Amino acid sequence: MSFRGAPNDAPMGKRAWYALLVLPFVGTLFPQIYNRAEPALFGLPFFYWYQLAWVIVTSLLLAVVVFATRRPDDV
Amino acid sequence: MSSGTLVFAVLVIGVTAMGFLAARWGNANLGSLEEWALGGRRFGTLVSWFLLGGDLYTAYTFIAVPALVYGAGAIGFFAVPYATIAYPIAFVVLSRFWSIAHRRGYVTAADFVRDRFGDRTLEVAVAITGALAALPYIALQLDGMQAVFARIGGAFASSGGYVALGVAFVLLAAYTHTSGLRAPALIAFVKDTLIYVTVIAAITIIPAKLGGWAHIFAVSQSTLAARPKPSSIFLGPQQYFAYATWAFGSSLSLFIYPHSITSVLAAKSRGVIRRNAALLPIYSLLLGFLALLGFCAVAAGIVTTNTSSVVPTLIDRFFPSWFAGVAQAAIVIGALVPAAIMAIGSANLFASNVLAGFTQTRGSGKALTAKRLTLAFCAIALVLVLVVPVKYAIYFQLLGGAWMLQIFPAFVFGMYTRWFHPKALLLGWACGMIAATAMAYSTGFTPNIALHLGGTTLVGFLALYALALNVIVAAIGTWLLRGLRVDAGTDMTTEADYA
Repeated sequence: MSFRGAPNDAPMGKRAWYALLVLPFVGTLFPQIYNRAEPALFGLPFFYWYQLAWVIVTSLLLAVVVFATRRPDDV
Repeated sequence: MSSGTLVFAVLVIGVTAMGFLAARWGNANLGSLEEWALGGRRFGTLVSWFLLGGDLYTAYTFIAVPALVYGAGAIGFFAVPYATIAYPIAFVVLSRFWSIAHRRGYVTAADFVRDRFGDRTLEVAVAITGALAALPYIALQLDGMQAVFARIGGAFASSGGYVALGVAFVLLAAYTHTSGLRAPALIAFVKDTLIYVTVIAAITIIPAKLGGWAHIFAVSQSTLAARPKPSSIFLGPQQYFAYATWAFGSSLSLFIYPHSITSVLAAKSRGVIRRNAALLPIYSLLLGFLALLGFCAVAAGIVTTNTSSVVPTLIDRFFPSWFAGVAQAAIVIGALVPAAIMAIGSANLFASNVLAGFTQTRGSGKALTAKRLTLAFCAIALVLVLVVPVKYAIYFQLLGGAWMLQIFPAFVFGMYTRWFHPKALLLGWACGMIAATAMAYSTGFTPNIALHLGGTTLVGFLALYALALNVIVAAIGTWLLRGLRVDAGTDMTTEADYA
């Protein structure tokens, strides 16, 4: 949800990392891409395990951005 | 007394004691609003993780999501994408809000709006919206507690659980009054541990006993299709838009609720918020597993119209009595934590933004007002539970979510741009509130409404439609008011405050 470019005062080079955070929205807000049964995983239809996988992927993406855009004063 | 009741009693009494003892945590002067309401802004990554997790993932969430999956199939799973995309939003918006709030000593979102836009009416509008939206939420937590008390039996169940609820409520109000945010912060450790233990046990044992996930989904599909009001384990194409707008609209409002703001501002640094945005999705995974228990209930042949009872019924059926006691305690304690924080958050809004006015009365006067208001909010919520049928509390909560979203332009856009005119934001807010209320009323308080645009009909989440109207009105109003050179108020914040 960044308006007027990127958040806060991160240097330009680092701001690009925030673009990664668009991926969870694209991945989860279009059910037509994942509303199906196959391939199933441990008996879970694709619809269910795909969305659960996005929870983990989002957490990892955030971890990458947290690390990459860290400032010296972020304790 | 059964072993379950005994385990339950020990756990619930234990956390009540913790609530009172929390006043001694950190040896603070609880006469100051920042110490009482925000724990002195000293919570590190771990405490904040438990506090925010305990605050956002309420007992109501843990009961309502599987209940919706049980009752309506795939659409109920929207809670998972909702609880996923909320975190990128939180990461960006809340770390910025934490910075400015820390710099300028804000306790509420309305504090920021007052400073940014210099408009008293807008400040009050934002404050009242938050407090109103939190009320039914508190009521639903109390309602969940009452349902558990009625179920657990023994002394807890006398008069339908209302006696125990009354006692629990008085104790909740008392230790929140005494210890402030420290009480739910400390209790959150117990709450979340119990919730994790319960859900992990349920999700490993119940599907195995029911013959595995493939079987559970096969049975669920045929059972849901055969119901009088058929549903499915997949979405129908006409549900895609509703699914996406529920998830998106809910994720926008999650972190602007007063209880979220209160917990966020209790963090000791911006880094704590950033790290927690990456760590909190672990709770969303838990929520996802819980949602799947809705299908377990279908496959286990549980038939009920009271969908809120499906998870407790599953636990009773598949676990020994003592473990059911742990699970029931998890639900009750899971209701106590957010109820306390919601009461504190609403009280902060009233004390700081409605009653205090423009004069900066900081310090003990404001803290005293907030403490008394906490008791008042708890009392109103209890009255709501006793007087209003739960159906209406759910309607009210749904409407509250739609209302909450209407402060988004002033609060969140306001953090990034001062372009909007405060009077235009106020008008946009008013239009959004009225539109949300009218749409909710016209649909009989279901979350969807059909929007006819050109030749297509989009059935989606009404809160988001109201927000769209709000933003359009605010933008057009700003353009007009700026054209007429109407005074746009004074911005007390500087660019450096947001860093």
